[in-house]
Amino acid sequence: MRYLPLTDADRGEMLSVIGASSIDDLFVDVPEEARLDGPIRGLPMHASEMAVEKHMRALSKKNLAAADAPFFLGAGAYRHHVPSSVDHIIQRGEFLTAYTPYQPEIAQGTLQMLFEFQTQVARLYGCAVANASLYDGSTACWEAVAMAGRVTRKNRVVLSGALHPHYAEVVRTMAKFTQDEIADAEPAIQPAPDNAGLISRIDDETSCVVVQYPDILGRITDLGPIAEAAHAKGALLVVVNTEPVALGAIKAPGEMGADIVVGEGQALGVGLQFGGPYLGLFAVRDPKHVRQMPGRLCGETVDAEGKRGFVLTLSTREQHIRREKATSNICTNSGLCALAFNVHMSLLGEKGLRALAADNHRLACLAADRLAKVPGVSVLNDNYFNEFTLMLGQDAREVVHKLAAKGVLGGVSLGRLYPGAQRLSQCLLVAVTETTSVEDIEALATALEEVLP
Amino acid sequence: MNAPNQSGWKPEMSRASDDSLNNGPATTTGKRALMLEERLLFEIGRADVTGVDLPEPSADAPNRLGGLDRAEPIGLPGLTEPETVRHYTRLSRQNYGIDLGFFPLGSCTMKHNPRLNEKVARMPGFADVHPLQPQETVRGAYEVINELAHWLIELTGMHGVAMSPKAGAHGELCGILCIRAALEARGDAREVVLVPESAHGTNPATAAFAGYRVEDIPATDEGRVDLAALKARLGPDVAAVMITNPNTCGLFERDMKAISDAVHEAGGFVYCDGANFNAIVGKVRPGDLGVDAMHINLHKTFSTPHGGGGPGSGPVVLSEALSPFGPLPFTARTADGVVHLVEEESAEEFGHSQAFGRMTAFHGQMGMFTRALTYILSHGADGLKQVAEDAVLNANYILRSMEDLLHAPYAASGPCMHEALFGDKGFGGELSTLDLAKSLIDEGYHPMTMYFPLVVHGAMLVEPTETESKAALDQFIAAFRHLAERANAGDETMKQAPYYAPRRRLDETLAARKPKLTWSEG
Repeated sequence: MRYLPLTDADRGEMLSVIGASSIDDLFVDVPEEARLDGPIRGLPMHASEMAVEKHMRALSKKNLAAADAPFFLGAGAYRHHVPSSVDHIIQRGEFLTAYTPYQPEIAQGTLQMLFEFQTQVARLYGCAVANASLYDGSTACWEAVAMAGRVTRKNRVVLSGALHPHYAEVVRTMAKFTQDEIADAEPAIQPAPDNAGLISRIDDETSCVVVQYPDILGRITDLGPIAEAAHAKGALLVVVNTEPVALGAIKAPGEMGADIVVGEGQALGVGLQFGGPYLGLFAVRDPKHVRQMPGRLCGETVDAEGKRGFVLTLSTREQHIRREKATSNICTNSGLCALAFNVHMSLLGEKGLRALAADNHRLACLAADRLAKVPGVSVLNDNYFNEFTLMLGQDAREVVHKLAAKGVLGGVSLGRLYPGAQRLSQCLLVAVTETTSVEDIEALATALEEVLP
Repeated sequence: MNAPNQSGWKPEMSRASDDSLNNGPATTTGKRALMLEERLLFEIGRADVTGVDLPEPSADAPNRLGGLDRAEPIGLPGLTEPETVRHYTRLSRQNYGIDLGFFPLGSCTMKHNPRLNEKVARMPGFADVHPLQPQETVRGAYEVINELAHWLIELTGMHGVAMSPKAGAHGELCGILCIRAALEARGDAREVVLVPESAHGTNPATAAFAGYRVEDIPATDEGRVDLAALKARLGPDVAAVMITNPNTCGLFERDMKAISDAVHEAGGFVYCDGANFNAIVGKVRPGDLGVDAMHINLHKTFSTPHGGGGPGSGPVVLSEALSPFGPLPFTARTADGVVHLVEEESAEEFGHSQAFGRMTAFHGQMGMFTRALTYILSHGADGLKQVAEDAVLNANYILRSMEDLLHAPYAASGPCMHEALFGDKGFGGELSTLDLAKSLIDEGYHPMTMYFPLVVHGAMLVEPTETESKAALDQFIAAFRHLAERANAGDETMKQAPYYAPRRRLDETLAARKPKLTWSEG
């Protein structure tokens, strides 16, 4: 077997050093009845690289890759062009095959990268401090809710109706076990979000208000009044962002008073990957909240010779020290995805990020204008970044399948995200990025014209 | 059984004179040949530089941003591609990885990461598909999840599996929430989860998060769960016991079946931390030992890369009693052979109306699933069994080659499994496990796990894995013996190690006392 270096002669020699007569002697503590007496049922014997690759390639060919179709899906996962050097760098063995940097003297590469990453995320979000990553946006959202509970010592959570429904579902799931009370609602189908309604739900028992920005329908709203209302009741404002590229064009949540900003970092460097691994981003505006943060933090220090270096720090918050009193049970996070984000963001820089955001917005406006010309179709949003909601006048789920049959991946139907919510069933979320061509937009418009009655 | 003293080191052979190696003339750059110091991105990048060619933004393009344009500078410097590649290549060279050498970090299973797995994960049909694509366009992706799920169930002898948890600790949480949901479904509110003192910190953190009070399970002198004491503690308030098997002392819990039977009899559930599954994969099925839930770290046993701290992946295999409560979404194959994604909407149709909820936005770590499935198919039934046997053989070889020099608290009670545990008893002077670990860095090795498990003073947990050759082990043993002899002799020069790493010991107290967590000018 190509991954196992021991020869039978090695094994024999080693057994004699150990003083065992056979490998079974080393498994004496496994009771006889617990030992598997034959091979794993149905699993073939070992296979060559070529044979396994062939099997896996056949499975991959059963999927329609985004690059092979006009592609308009978003709703929490965005397709952007990832520069070639990103994948080259994350495949360097020194990054790929390293562990969590517990031995900082031989992990400065990972640690310096994390320090840069934390700085990039904090600046992007308009916050003071970001952590070294969590699993993904949805779990980061829950961690923010849990942290708000620790900070405010209150447990009523107000969720905006326009928070990604899967994120809301993760929060509801976790809250069942922590006795947090969740106040949520379905999104109102209107050009701008119902901020007055949201603010009216904040009371003195509220630990936090959770708002997505841009929201699930693609709408952009001024977070300032929500922050003010939350703070007036002693609650924190948690802002969720699922498209970091947007923050190259629109104000940072931290600038508008958000206390905890979390999000999905997948759009930069990571790719679609069918939903994972992704990259949870987590930042706080006020440095006094640092000690309540979940997850790893990388900090600057000096070594014994006075040279600058980096270490994991403030670990008395964490499970391996604090055990049942930790701020989170998280251990492994998304280190390599953080590297991909860090590299992609370094390649972009502020100039590139702003140009990328502008290009996304330009193409989204172009697409919205073209699609609004399809008979029976209208654009819901007053404003948006690179994703907007189309009203189709009929069940969008069926339309999505009909578009797929024509080779067009036309967007995400809200009916899939909110099963059972009839009033949302005619909405189609359409995302447009720099990877979308004018021809793609035309293909979607034409396909919609053919599919809609 | 003791190996001879291979190093030939004697206490009088001080190493202080070796410092002459460091005494060349100072360089003007501060660099030393291949040791290239690299400044921070924020010190070398510029706001007006980008490494990506994009259209210049046009002032007369439509603006529908609701008047919320980001006007202030963000503070994100950019680099061109050649500068970027050089920056990260230099950083990478300050890192230790499995590709560079032996990485015996106990409980972390740092085995070789096969490159075929990387290639497969990057196939466009896996890497460039969106999680919410119409089902008919991603059947192959569902098949990967379903095929991996099938083999995980077969390898563990369990009934079902929840694939969505994002890492080991997330899997633990999933398992404990399944247990809680199952108990609540029968109207049985229990308050306590029992966890051994030797457990990973994630175990008590998870149980506490799920609303349980955590109590210790007593251990015997030989490093295993004390069955009699456990039985005495079981009662109607105990929701679950969380046991790691093989345990963190590197020992198989011989009484596992009896433990499970006792817990079940008392109405509780058995959670097994599967971090150490590598020792028994293909040899023992946890389902046969009465386990109700166990997470599998795909980034340990199934070789998906650790990536400097993730991403991981933590599917949880479940017993028949817990399977109905597993989270959404998941995949299911219908009689016509088609694999479906079961979400909130279709849960009832697929007979899964008791799901406790959703752990994450999408379906789990697809990029890890493709790698793990590739690994399983590459090894096959014979290869996986050989993995466990070689991992255990390598660990015992180290244990028996070191036990005359290092305190091995459980060596007398029999063989270890996949990792060898030592303590610092016998070190001379003021020397500690930390000093020995840092000295290993100078010898070109990543240190073993230090000070874990908590039950052994100055613990050193050495996990070689199966992907090391005998020659690599022999070289490591020679170096490890040399250092053990010096530690036992109280060689004070070890207190300043490492001498030759990119950094000397770092001031962690300073980092925590005055946290500097982001870069700022000045």
